[in-house]
Amino acid sequence: MRYLPLTPADRTRMLGVIGVDSIDDLFADVPAAARLSGPVDLPYHAGELEVERELAGLAALNRPAGAGPFFCGAGAYKHHVPATVDHIIQRSEFLTSYTPYQPEIAQGTLQVLFEFQTQVAALTGMDVANASMYDGSTACAEAVMMAQRVTRRNKSVLSGGVHPHYAAVTQTIAHAEGMDIVRLPVAVDAEADVLAAIDADTACVVVQTPNVFGTVTDVTKIAEAAHAAGALLIVVTTEVVSLGLLKSPGEMGADITVAEGQSIGVGLNFGGPYVGLFAVREKFVRQMPGRLCGETLDAEGRRGFVLTLSTREQHIRREKATSNICTNSGLCALAFSIHMSLLGERGLRDLALLNHSRARQLRAALADVPGFEILTPRFFNEFAIRLPQDAGAPVEALLADGIVAGVPFARLDPGAGLENVLLVTATETTSEADIAAFAEALKGRVSA
Amino acid sequence: MSLNNVGRPTRPTPAASTAHTSLTGARGLLQDEALIFEMGGWDKTGVDLAPADLDASDLGDLVRTAPIGLPGLSEPETVRHYVRLSQKNHAIDLALYPLGSCTMKHNPRLNEKLARLPGFADLHPMSPVSTVQGALALMDRLAHWLKTMTAMPAVALSPKAGAHGELCGLLTIKAAHEAKGQSHRRIVLVPTSAHGTNPATAAFVGYDVAEIAQTEDGRVDLADLEAKLSTDVAAIMVTNPNTCGLFERDIIEIARLTHAVGAYFYCDGANFNAIVGRVRPGDLGVDAMHINLHKTFSTPHGGGGPGAGPVVLSEALAPFAPAPWVVSDSKGFRLVEDTVDEASAGFGRMVAFHGQMGMFVRAYAYMLSHGADGLRQVAEDAVLNANYVKARLSGAMSAAFPDGPCMHEALFDDHWLEGSGITTLDFAKAMIDEGFHPMTMYFPLVVHGAMLIEPTETESLQELDRFCDALLALAAARAGDVERFTGAPYLAPLKRLDETLAARKPKLRWLAEA
Amino acid sequence: MRFTKDHEWVALDGDVATIGITAYAAEQLGDVVFVETPEPGKTVKAGEGLAVVESVKAASDVYAPVSGEVIEANEALSGAPETVNDQPEGAGWFARVRLADKAQYESLMDRAAYDAFLETL
Repeated sequence: MRYLPLTPADRTRMLGVIGVDSIDDLFADVPAAARLSGPVDLPYHAGELEVERELAGLAALNRPAGAGPFFCGAGAYKHHVPATVDHIIQRSEFLTSYTPYQPEIAQGTLQVLFEFQTQVAALTGMDVANASMYDGSTACAEAVMMAQRVTRRNKSVLSGGVHPHYAAVTQTIAHAEGMDIVRLPVAVDAEADVLAAIDADTACVVVQTPNVFGTVTDVTKIAEAAHAAGALLIVVTTEVVSLGLLKSPGEMGADITVAEGQSIGVGLNFGGPYVGLFAVREKFVRQMPGRLCGETLDAEGRRGFVLTLSTREQHIRREKATSNICTNSGLCALAFSIHMSLLGERGLRDLALLNHSRARQLRAALADVPGFEILTPRFFNEFAIRLPQDAGAPVEALLADGIVAGVPFARLDPGAGLENVLLVTATETTSEADIAAFAEALKGRVSA
Repeated sequence: MSLNNVGRPTRPTPAASTAHTSLTGARGLLQDEALIFEMGGWDKTGVDLAPADLDASDLGDLVRTAPIGLPGLSEPETVRHYVRLSQKNHAIDLALYPLGSCTMKHNPRLNEKLARLPGFADLHPMSPVSTVQGALALMDRLAHWLKTMTAMPAVALSPKAGAHGELCGLLTIKAAHEAKGQSHRRIVLVPTSAHGTNPATAAFVGYDVAEIAQTEDGRVDLADLEAKLSTDVAAIMVTNPNTCGLFERDIIEIARLTHAVGAYFYCDGANFNAIVGRVRPGDLGVDAMHINLHKTFSTPHGGGGPGAGPVVLSEALAPFAPAPWVVSDSKGFRLVEDTVDEASAGFGRMVAFHGQMGMFVRAYAYMLSHGADGLRQVAEDAVLNANYVKARLSGAMSAAFPDGPCMHEALFDDHWLEGSGITTLDFAKAMIDEGFHPMTMYFPLVVHGAMLIEPTETESLQELDRFCDALLALAAARAGDVERFTGAPYLAPLKRLDETLAARKPKLRWLAEA
Repeated sequence: MRFTKDHEWVALDGDVATIGITAYAAEQLGDVVFVETPEPGKTVKAGEGLAVVESVKAASDVYAPVSGEVIEANEALSGAPETVNDQPEGAGWFARVRLADKAQYESLMDRAAYDAFLETL
């Protein structure tokens, strides 16, 4: 067994040093009734070749996004990740290190986190960002919990434009907490609807831009209304590349910004691991969940970094902690930070414009398909279409043409009554030929 | 003879002094590395993008106009920046990493390779189900292995880390109580030695936390448990093996007492690596247990994540598991993503999409590599290594629970440091100078000045001896050489850092000098 | 000045009680890095949480030794938490409370009793 260094002779010698006769003596505290006499009913060990053969076989049954024209988004986006990113995150010192609790021998990870926090704060237009959350959806739920702590109010308003999975995660946690979630009706231009739902009991308003239908919204007025009522504004972004082009949540008055960082550096990974971004205004720092890295000095006065403000966290505050989160998404935060360093402001802006440009080309091509109605008024790289039929059928049909057409909205939210709505996305990975092939195939497969 | 007296000297000359500082702040090959924000790359980029119609006028005043403040680096600068930073980190690939309760074991590179196959890494979570059959099959097989190793009938795969798994487990328990009209149960019992995540999770979902006392020999105090169990108790959360590195001998009785009052038994499975293949939690009466794939099944810790925390569930709790889950029929696999149309009492959803697929691939590859026989050997070697360390160090350091074997980790207290002027922290920092990462310190809270050492099964006898020799040498040096400890580390990239300053005047991002 | 077994001190001026933590407590906590003081106007009961004091490694609740209405919090601590270490029984006070019942004050330990109590720890 190639991962186990001890030899039978080693084991015998070690048992002697310990002063026991057999390995079973070391398991003497296990109740006799629960001791297994031999291996469980599963295959025995296998060599690299055999393991690789089995997993490669499973991988071959999947169709990667890069295999042909591909238009799925809905919270996870196909972007090109530079080769440098994956090379660096596989360095032993990043890949196989633990949470940087011993700062003297973890300055690499800590400086990365400090740079990551600064990048996220700049990108979202907020004062302070943490060292990452699991993903965007759990960050959204944590933001709502945090707003409850800050305002000491119990009701949260969720726009109907929030990604249905994010809404479900938030509702699940809120239900357990005994918190009241008002989820407004699902609609393409739903963000404007939240204004009427804000009242004096509202802890927070959660809006998403671009929202799940791709609609981009200026939330400045919502921020004003929320603040006038003493509530916080939480802005959610699932496509973080959009922040290269669009006004930041901070500029528009957000108190907490949460985002899915997967688009930068991380890749699709069938839904995880991803990286949640979480940023707040300065005055709320001590109510934040998650780890924070801060700058300090060492005993010789040299700059260094440490995890700080830990008294908010579970390992110190226990049942009074701001969250139960411990492990977060460190390596994905590193990937995000490397990719963002490669892009820089100029690269990010160009990338965002390229995404927007491709999506406009896609819109122009699809607007010509008979019976199609483009629903999203203003979009970044994703928009919704109403088809003349259930959106699931053409998606299945186009697979025969080698095209993955998009995400039927009903898969995300079967109860919304939007069976005919299809979400489509174009990114820098979408070629003009992909778009032409998609439009052509649709014309043959969809009957108006 | 022809006398060759040209060329360089080939022997070192005696050093004038051991204390030496460079003129630049570098320490030989170890560079003093600036922040990316100090490198001046405000108009630089390390990517070449296809030209596009760069017009966003359709978005009007939604477009940002002010600079964002993100520096860029060319590719060579990027590589150099991060490689320089990486060299300031300790890693399991460098030396034994004895963090108790954290399970820093070798991360096989095969698993990294397989997770990067495009069929897994470049797979969209909402790609049509017919295009992801291999991924669903892998999830199904992983679930089968987890259920078989634990003798539990169901597993929720989606939780993203151990604490998230705890959250999933308690939400399942809460849903089960609600379904039985038992919502009045408000209390979760947690031993004093528990991980901080246990009480934090219970409080997060609205439960009141009550502590269970510990016995002199480091186990749950059955009498105290019995006294605190009532029909107001929703669940107990017990780590087994516990955070003192000990197996809870009375665990079957603990489960029986818990079930007798209608409460559920949540087991924190952070230490499952000590018993995998030798004990199945389902045989102990456990109702729910998370499994840290990044501990027991060796997915890399990555400097603090990502992890994965699938939760195995008993028959009683299985119906309340969250979406999504994988089902199969003659047409293949499919995902149940919404519980509306299904005959299910699922409590909701833990995450967007389906969980940590990248970790599932790595963990499954790890399981296949070891097999049923190898996983059993994993537990045996982990326990053997810990007991070996305990035996070798016990003469010099004071074991917190000297009687009987430990499981996968050996716990010491600071009794042996009394009067030396050296604290647990000092001792740990001195280990850094000897090339080792410190052990877990000051946890569990029930042991004074705790030092919790977990070597794991992937350490050779030679590395264990190297480690024990280093600690014994340090222990011997404590008399008369206090500064070796109180000033440590001397040889790390930085000296001890001022955590008070960091907390009093928080600087949580880089800001341009005003 | 009076003291509690939880290491709070109270100084009385008329019906206004100034509350802080003792020098012993400040020493035990180590470097104080943050103090969460109560909002003026809040009514507290003796034994309830009044403030939270944080060091790098721990967060501790400070209990109200007496009941009453908070009339002032020590705002200076937010910018200079080290004052709690430097002058725990002076400038490092946490809050001023308008006392509801003077008997509560009288029932607390005096300096000699508190010092004797510390000897037992």
